[in-house]
Amino acid sequence: MEDMSQYPLELTGPEVPMVRFMNVTKSYGTLTVLDDLNLDVSEGEMVTVIGPSGSGKTTVLRMLMTLETINGGVIYVDGKPLTHMEKNGVLVPADAKYLRRARSSIGMCFQHFNLFPHMTAIQNCMEGPVQVLGLPKAEARERSEELLSMVGMTDKKDQHPSRLSGGQQQRVAIARALAMRPKVMLFDEVTSALDPEVIGEVTGVIRKLVAEHNLTMLMVTHQMGFARDISDRVCFFYQGKIEEQGAPESLFGNPQRERTQQFLSAVKAAD
Amino acid sequence: MQPILQLYEYWNDIHMSYLDFLSEQGPRFIDGTIMTATQFFLSAILAIMCALTAGLMKLSSNRMIKGTALVYTEIFRGTSLLVQLYWIFFVLPLFGLTLDKFYVGFVAVGLNLGAYGSELVRGGIQSVPKGQWEAAYAISMSPAKRMYRIILPQALLNMLPPWGNLMIELLKATALVSLISVTDLMFEAKQINGSTFLSAQAFGTALIIYYIFARLVVTPFMRWLERVMARKIGRA
Amino acid sequence: MFDWRWDFAFEILPRLLQATLNTLAAAGIGYGIAVVLGLVFALAQRTPSRFVTLVVRECVEFIRSTPLVLQIFFVFFVGPQFGIRLSPWVAGMIAIGLHYSAYLSEVYRGGLEAVPKGQWEACTALNLSTTKTYFRVIIPQALPPSLAGMGNYLVGIFKDTPMLSVIGVAELMQAANAIGGSNYRYLEPYTMVGITFLAISLPAAGLIKVFEAWVRKKLGMN
Repeated sequence: MEDMSQYPLELTGPEVPMVRFMNVTKSYGTLTVLDDLNLDVSEGEMVTVIGPSGSGKTTVLRMLMTLETINGGVIYVDGKPLTHMEKNGVLVPADAKYLRRARSSIGMCFQHFNLFPHMTAIQNCMEGPVQVLGLPKAEARERSEELLSMVGMTDKKDQHPSRLSGGQQQRVAIARALAMRPKVMLFDEVTSALDPEVIGEVTGVIRKLVAEHNLTMLMVTHQMGFARDISDRVCFFYQGKIEEQGAPESLFGNPQRERTQQFLSAVKAAD
Repeated sequence: MQPILQLYEYWNDIHMSYLDFLSEQGPRFIDGTIMTATQFFLSAILAIMCALTAGLMKLSSNRMIKGTALVYTEIFRGTSLLVQLYWIFFVLPLFGLTLDKFYVGFVAVGLNLGAYGSELVRGGIQSVPKGQWEAAYAISMSPAKRMYRIILPQALLNMLPPWGNLMIELLKATALVSLISVTDLMFEAKQINGSTFLSAQAFGTALIIYYIFARLVVTPFMRWLERVMARKIGRA
Repeated sequence: MFDWRWDFAFEILPRLLQATLNTLAAAGIGYGIAVVLGLVFALAQRTPSRFVTLVVRECVEFIRSTPLVLQIFFVFFVGPQFGIRLSPWVAGMIAIGLHYSAYLSEVYRGGLEAVPKGQWEACTALNLSTTKTYFRVIIPQALPPSLAGMGNYLVGIFKDTPMLSVIGVAELMQAANAIGGSNYRYLEPYTMVGITFLAISLPAAGLIKVFEAWVRKKLGMN
């Protein structure tokens, strides 16, 4: 059992990161997916996570969304622990109720969109605000219409997902996540399931988000060019650890570690 | 010429006597059909309630809840409906619970078919893609809301085709309540057979009525339900 | 209230066990009829003649959509109306065999549909006769997916044997009724009948799953 007293009950100080992974470990049985991960994301920062499959990059996002449980360490969001709660002055694993409250400041977009098929686009966006945040329907509708217009889906707001293309569905999914006004937005390979010609629709929306909003974002992607353009920082993961990280120009332009170089050249060759 | 005339007369005789039979016994058939329809609807409602409850319980991670549901379904699926019917009618009174035979009828049928239905519910819910659970989770929905607003609507559509078959089984099962003297269609047919000895007509007519009910009422209704749900889910 | 008498229970046990054997025999014979007849029905719905296919289809639907207990009464009583006397056993076997053959024909149809079209085409290319096509190529492939359904109906037919009691067949339910009626005690007979059914059908259902998995492995189909 880990000694939880080494972890603060709350992050304090002048520069509290929006997200902090502190000694985070995740394993499935004997397979260690994340190995003693330490990562900080500042408020408003856009961090892209890249790496080969099995490197643990998707797990990082999923753990932040609390879709996966943590095996060691603590994750903090906005200064407060996400995966743990306080009990008698010490951190213990959070219960379901605490988790539900804690993760409400985090939003996620999935590779396969996961829109609710029995609701229209606008109903998908309104669902969270009405059912979870308790907003009155009119206000939720207003907010949803605003967001749908931002992602360029106003004319399709009354369509069911089955009538929308992949790119359109993903844009609605982004609007749906934003409707919850999260502090942190997670993008899990949101363009990997799209046809090449519509990838631009989605990356365009994300660019807009980065330019116009001060949202903290974590993104897992294979779109290296896109990552280079919009990220504040890029992390290269390898076998559950951060192999190298830095500003996009330096990581992409002048990778220091050998594995980073190998990965980047393999990706370039595949283009 | 003669044989053809004879055949024609014979057909006429049978035809006429069958029509006579129907006009004579018609009212009793109608009474029986109404009782069968009543038993059918009441059993169906009970079966759906039991199926939903037990199906959801079987998906629980709480072992007591899951176990209770499993015991219910295994007992009612593992024994014969007739045995259950007799047990509730004859044995339950010994434990202090006496029900009028009308109630015993649809309660037994409802509990029995609800057990089968719970598997359909469980299967339907499990067939909803995992991504839907995760998306609802990602917007912080409570488990109850998630089940009610996101998962069940989609599960319902997947469940409908096998539920259609189950409804037919339910209709057929109601015929057994005649054996504890509930005056349904089957009971009336037996009575008519006993008084007229016209077995082919008595039982034959009953068979035809059940068939009509199944093919021209229940099945079309279930298909209509499927179409409505498909449209609601935007898949039409 | 809860007045279970073990001595009575043990007293009636032999008779119930005897009746259980009858029940198993009835289920076995009925199932045997159904397996063969079901295949006939399934194949009859694949004839080139649209009339035959349609008629058989409607007959199968009719049998499947109407209560078994009513069919049992029909077969038992209609015979004498036209001069044919059937013993309860024979009438019961015919009715239950017919009823379940309709179910099994649907299972077979599903299995046959599941065989890829290419198999039929290969048989045509090799000039195999229809009979050989069916029995040497198609049916062996239609069998594994059908086994689950066939197994379920075997358990189902066993659980439906109590319906034969209504025409006097000396199976388990009838024995329980007789015992209950003559001793004015229903608690022990009915409960023991219930337990007997559970004790046979639950393991049977489990065994069928095991059997199906074994067949799949043997045929290399997973």
